[in-house]
Amino acid sequence: MQLPAKMIHSLFLVNSSGDIFLEKHWKSVVSRSVCDYFFEAQERASEPENVPPVIPTPHHYLISVLRHRIYFVAVIQSEVPPLFVIEFLHRVVDTFQDYFGVCTEAAIKDNVVVVYELLEEMLDNGFPLATESNILKELIKPPTILRTVVNTITGSTNVGEQLPTGQLSVVPWRRTGVKYTNNEAYFDVVEEIDAIIDKSGSTITAEIQGVIDACVKLTGMPDLTLSFMNPRLLDDVSFHPCVRFKRWEAERILSFIPPDGNFRLLSYHVSCQNLVAIPVYVKHNITFREGSSQGRFELTLGPKQTMGKGLEAVLISSQLPRGVLNTNLNPSQGTYNFDPVTKLLSWDVGKINPQKLPSLKGSMSLQAGASKPDENPTINIQFKIQQSALSGLKVNRLDMYGEKYKPFKGIKYMTKAGKFQVRT
Amino acid sequence: SVFLLILSNVSSNYLLFSHDLVGSNCAAVLGLCGLLNSSTCSDLFLLSTRNDDLKEMLESNKDSLKLDAMKRIIALIAKGKNASELFPAVVKNVASKNIELKKLVYVYLVRYAEEQQDLALLSISTFQRALKDPNQLIRASALRVLSSIRVPIIVPIMMLAIKEAASDMSPYVRKTSAHAIQKLYSLDPDQKEHLIEVIDKLLKDKSTLVAGSVVMAFEEVCPDRIDLIHKNYRKLCNLLVDVEEWGQVVIITMLTRYARTQFTSPWKEDGLFDENSETAFYESDEKKTKNGDEKKSYMMDPDHRLLLRNTKPLLQSRNTAVVVSVAQLYWHLAPKHEVGVITKSLVRLLRSHREVQYVVLQNIATMSIQRKGMFEPYMKSFYVRSTDATHIKSLKLEILTSLANEANISTILREFQTYVKSQDKQFAAGTIQAIGRCATNISEVTDTCLQGLVLLLSNRDETVVAESVVVIKKLLQTQPTQHSDIIKHMAKLFDNIAVPMARASILWLMGEYCERVPQIAPDVLRKMAKSFTSEEDIVKLQTVNLAAKLYLTNSKQTKLLTQYILNLGKYDQNYDIRDRTRFIRQLIVPNEKSGALGKYARRILLAPKPAPVLESTYKDRDRYQLGTLSHTINTKASGYLELSDWPAVAPDQSVRNVEVIEPTGKSKLSKSSDDKFYSDSGEEKEKGSGSSSSDDSSSSSSSSSEESSSEAESDEEKSSSQSSEESDKSSSLSEKSSSESDSEQKKTTKKPPQKKTVKPTTKDSACPLVCGPGERLHGFVSKQVPVSLSLYSLCILTPCPLSCAAALLQVSGPAFVPEKRHDLLHRMTGKGLSAQYQFPRQPCLYQPTMVSVQISLTNTTDHPLEQIHIGDRGPTGLDMHCFNTVECLLPEASVTVSLGVDFNDSTQAANFQLCTKEDQFSVSIQPAVGELFLPATMTEQDFRKEQGKLLGMNESSATITMAAENTTRQPISRQVATVANLGVVPSGQDNIHRFAGKTASSGAVVLVTVELRESSAALITINTEKSVMGPMLLRDLKRALARA
Repeated sequence: MQLPAKMIHSLFLVNSSGDIFLEKHWKSVVSRSVCDYFFEAQERASEPENVPPVIPTPHHYLISVLRHRIYFVAVIQSEVPPLFVIEFLHRVVDTFQDYFGVCTEAAIKDNVVVVYELLEEMLDNGFPLATESNILKELIKPPTILRTVVNTITGSTNVGEQLPTGQLSVVPWRRTGVKYTNNEAYFDVVEEIDAIIDKSGSTITAEIQGVIDACVKLTGMPDLTLSFMNPRLLDDVSFHPCVRFKRWEAERILSFIPPDGNFRLLSYHVSCQNLVAIPVYVKHNITFREGSSQGRFELTLGPKQTMGKGLEAVLISSQLPRGVLNTNLNPSQGTYNFDPVTKLLSWDVGKINPQKLPSLKGSMSLQAGASKPDENPTINIQFKIQQSALSGLKVNRLDMYGEKYKPFKGIKYMTKAGKFQVRT
Repeated sequence: SVFLLILSNVSSNYLLFSHDLVGSNCAAVLGLCGLLNSSTCSDLFLLSTRNDDLKEMLESNKDSLKLDAMKRIIALIAKGKNASELFPAVVKNVASKNIELKKLVYVYLVRYAEEQQDLALLSISTFQRALKDPNQLIRASALRVLSSIRVPIIVPIMMLAIKEAASDMSPYVRKTSAHAIQKLYSLDPDQKEHLIEVIDKLLKDKSTLVAGSVVMAFEEVCPDRIDLIHKNYRKLCNLLVDVEEWGQVVIITMLTRYARTQFTSPWKEDGLFDENSETAFYESDEKKTKNGDEKKSYMMDPDHRLLLRNTKPLLQSRNTAVVVSVAQLYWHLAPKHEVGVITKSLVRLLRSHREVQYVVLQNIATMSIQRKGMFEPYMKSFYVRSTDATHIKSLKLEILTSLANEANISTILREFQTYVKSQDKQFAAGTIQAIGRCATNISEVTDTCLQGLVLLLSNRDETVVAESVVVIKKLLQTQPTQHSDIIKHMAKLFDNIAVPMARASILWLMGEYCERVPQIAPDVLRKMAKSFTSEEDIVKLQTVNLAAKLYLTNSKQTKLLTQYILNLGKYDQNYDIRDRTRFIRQLIVPNEKSGALGKYARRILLAPKPAPVLESTYKDRDRYQLGTLSHTINTKASGYLELSDWPAVAPDQSVRNVEVIEPTGKSKLSKSSDDKFYSDSGEEKEKGSGSSSSDDSSSSSSSSSEESSSEAESDEEKSSSQSSEESDKSSSLSEKSSSESDSEQKKTTKKPPQKKTVKPTTKDSACPLVCGPGERLHGFVSKQVPVSLSLYSLCILTPCPLSCAAALLQVSGPAFVPEKRHDLLHRMTGKGLSAQYQFPRQPCLYQPTMVSVQISLTNTTDHPLEQIHIGDRGPTGLDMHCFNTVECLLPEASVTVSLGVDFNDSTQAANFQLCTKEDQFSVSIQPAVGELFLPATMTEQDFRKEQGKLLGMNESSATITMAAENTTRQPISRQVATVANLGVVPSGQDNIHRFAGKTASSGAVVLVTVELRESSAALITINTEKSVMGPMLLRDLKRALARA
């Protein structure tokens, strides 16, 4: 008699056309026909995103995540916190991305052995074992072109020659014996602004979320502290496990022994009381007239509160109503594209020059005889502002202890649009 | 070759056939097959032929060839192809020296051992050998593979290996054995009893590596054996922060279940408190104590508190599963007023991936039904974006609806208006239902909603209209009297509505309220009679209903119509409709056969019907533990463990006590902490060495100017030491004392340094970086349990290198109190009020984390100043204990008041407003770093031990040239003590001077060493985990010692 075992039983990777291109079982083999339930749900869903993440089947539960247009479908046999599985699957995707640069079907197929080796190390009997990328890299070396060539010639392997020590150390996220000739630590403060702007241009909701991504290449066991000029801006934070929580609570200082390489040190949310400066405004005039087969479309963008920095990489996208057959628009700069099948309008604006505001004007042709759409389309905006964090968060200083050398330190700020929508 | 070319064009079946025929040309065909795509060549054929060369490769001498073969085999397995027939060839390589090859063989073995049991046994001896390997990682990996091979014959071998590994030196191997327990259990459940023994053993393990895995095994094998947890409960709570994230989730889930069986409910009392909160707030203490006798007040079990306290920091985890597991723990275990702490973290998770959002929103939906207040401030986070996935949209709608109340309903309805227009019609329909729910829940907006919904009836989209009709129907049912207009309006729209459900709803409404629309209803029926045959079933049924009701109320006009419809229904294709027609006819049309029922037709058909209740689908979800799979799918998943109800009476608490196992070599350690906690007060009295410094500060605060002069009056010491308890309670004394008799002040004594010991009075005072041993001990003290095992485990096993044993420190009196006063408010700027402050260097009695500050206020004007008090404290957020208002300060008089400020171990200034009746002055207190410490006593040996723990980044040092006069013990001690409030540590060497203290706020150890070298050089070393304070202190010391 086999008892229903907990945790992750099997994993299937499904591409957007519904083919299983990889399967891995940590316990006894589950037939891939279990995925039929998943395919059913996939067919029912109008968009790929609409497949429910948790699907119960008669004997199993399927928990899936969708990333890079690949579904990672985990098969579960009994009660387990669904987020446990979801979080793990995302960690798997992150690891693949870290190893192969991209996480596509082709990359996974090309590196199927490394993928298998990774999955084997990440789960033991369905329970997560090593999920830290630092540890994994000690166990299994990421493929590089050079190594692939060398491996084919010499027959050497991707598997680490030395046995890893990290898992056994008191600092499980950092491997020992790290050496660099150039010691450097870079921190990127990236803030995203989420906003919903209503028809009249007033802000319905706006909030700022930020992350500090680090790339630390330091020899030995450095111990870093990072302090802010205005830590009180941070309302809610979550840390990489390396950050000492008590220290943050007491002094609002980030004190940590960093992992080696790239990692996310901190994510934060800026307190809601602070009014969020909206860096861009949109003037729009989108009209459909009853009975007419033509609609007007006018859009002008301009910078609002950008603290003197320029708006870059501006990209507008909008899902036009189904009735729109085609558009005839004229951008003052950049290029625009309208897909008549998906009805998706996108306009790559580029930089905004405050002297000459970009605009997109013209007409839309509608299905003859169809009634006018009830809703005007929502406009999604993406942009970047370099060298500034919108909330005004500033790093005060970064100090290193525990090692003698002087590292090179760098901090970069950037603001991006997150989910920035303008309702028209 | 021409032959082969032709072959390549024929179908694969034919190819197979020719393969058999050609025979000798086999190799050439194989080559050809390699060139062909698998689609043209059958997989079976490809595989069987390829396997031969794979076999060959595996049997070769070259590792690279073998590796190549294994890689191809793994690729086959990954595609789900069967590669089992290679088993014999693969298994031979299990003992290979090449690590990658070996690993791939392991992968293969685990996959196919079940199918090839006999052959799999060949590999066992290799693993058995590896289990004895000196390298822990090899032992672990051998156990991992051995336990993954699902071959029943080796169960005894596995059992033995697990038992051995469970007592392995290496925690990593022990972790692997915990994993192996689950595997063996699922292979052979009969081993349960033996496995429980191993689990019991591993639960006692103090390593953070093992904790998560063994709890996982516990959950799988014997989740009902709660008794195994008792003794390990506190240890698990304390280790939790340092366990890896996945283990944290498992432990938290298990501890939630545990706590629900072991502690009493913290909620009942809450409810009572809420009811009485107003009276409790306004009424005097007296009354409360009276009530106290009647109500047995709820005291939370310290262990219950321990769990809540130790899980809270994990809300900041980057792992969403950990955050939600803590959230559910708080939801199920915390007193209601504390649950609020989880809100922010849950809202934060909404920024995460779509799938995470989905699960988190489901949990919020369940929570928000019971506790609107929790999420209402974050309402805007639930606004729907056009890019959200459908299931996310509907969950957000659900939550917004639950959050709606009188105050925010207008905002929500405005938002809903946008949603109704959405291109996603399914979502628009959902919004209409949500509006309906808001309308029933909040009576103020029912009419507005109804009007809005009526407007939607002219919407162009069918789904929207249909949904509106359905919702309007439900709303009208709740208050039909006022709305005949709407019914008429709907009748008008009826011709244009095609959605069956909507048509049926309108017909039902007409029938139900036909007496309110006597003109229209028969006309609608007439139209229906015309179109009856082409209607959907559901519409036909309602038409029959309408006909019957009209027949009963208005038979004159509708008799013929009704009969016509009944006749149509009689021959309908659908048997439901035929049945219904037959039934109705018997019921309403009087004839000789109709029995007694006919009399009641009116009462049956036109009975008043209760209005439907529009409620959330998440209403009953809380029957499942939040965060579980069962909660997500709203059905009991297999293996779901029910969360029990709180017990009415708490089971014996002492089961969680851990006997002291005095570890050899550590006895001294536990003894010293024993002393500290249990012989404290007694010790003071015995020694008679003076009052505790806490009561001292209260009285001395009022007599700063006399401080030094009152040194001699030690005869009062005893009385004051006895009154230490009193003064603790009456902290307000200090303010009053200034106006009270001098004799009170005279009690003040300047204490001889280093003699007095005061223990940190509350848990917060000793709180090192990782987790507070002080906190833990506090819990134990209150329960009079011998010193815990957890202290011991902490000392030897804390995984973070920066923890400290601050709990072992004993705070002493100050070595020296500097006279220096600082200006707080100059009399010119203060309009005659002048204020100065100084640091009396006494532990603050308001709160041990605070630094006490004395302020002397002087009135330099010629009129009395009234109501001197502290006003607004500015945004810095430093915790302060203010002095009581000084009602009146006469001209030329001065008064000293004391203040407690928690500087959070930083030299940030405390800004506040000093107010008089007329004026407000912004002032600030800027502490020197040295004032943020409390002196500590320790032996030289302890000092060295502490120092050993605080090396590396925790150490800052500098070499200086000492001033000539600073070369002997006395001046050095004096200089250091002037700069910083540290205690002198007795030193065996003449050239080394040591000082120790701890920071006031967090209780981190601060150690200073001054080592004299030749030619008046000296090395100053400071060891503290407070890496900001260290260098600052060093700078100050350098200045003091070099300069003076």
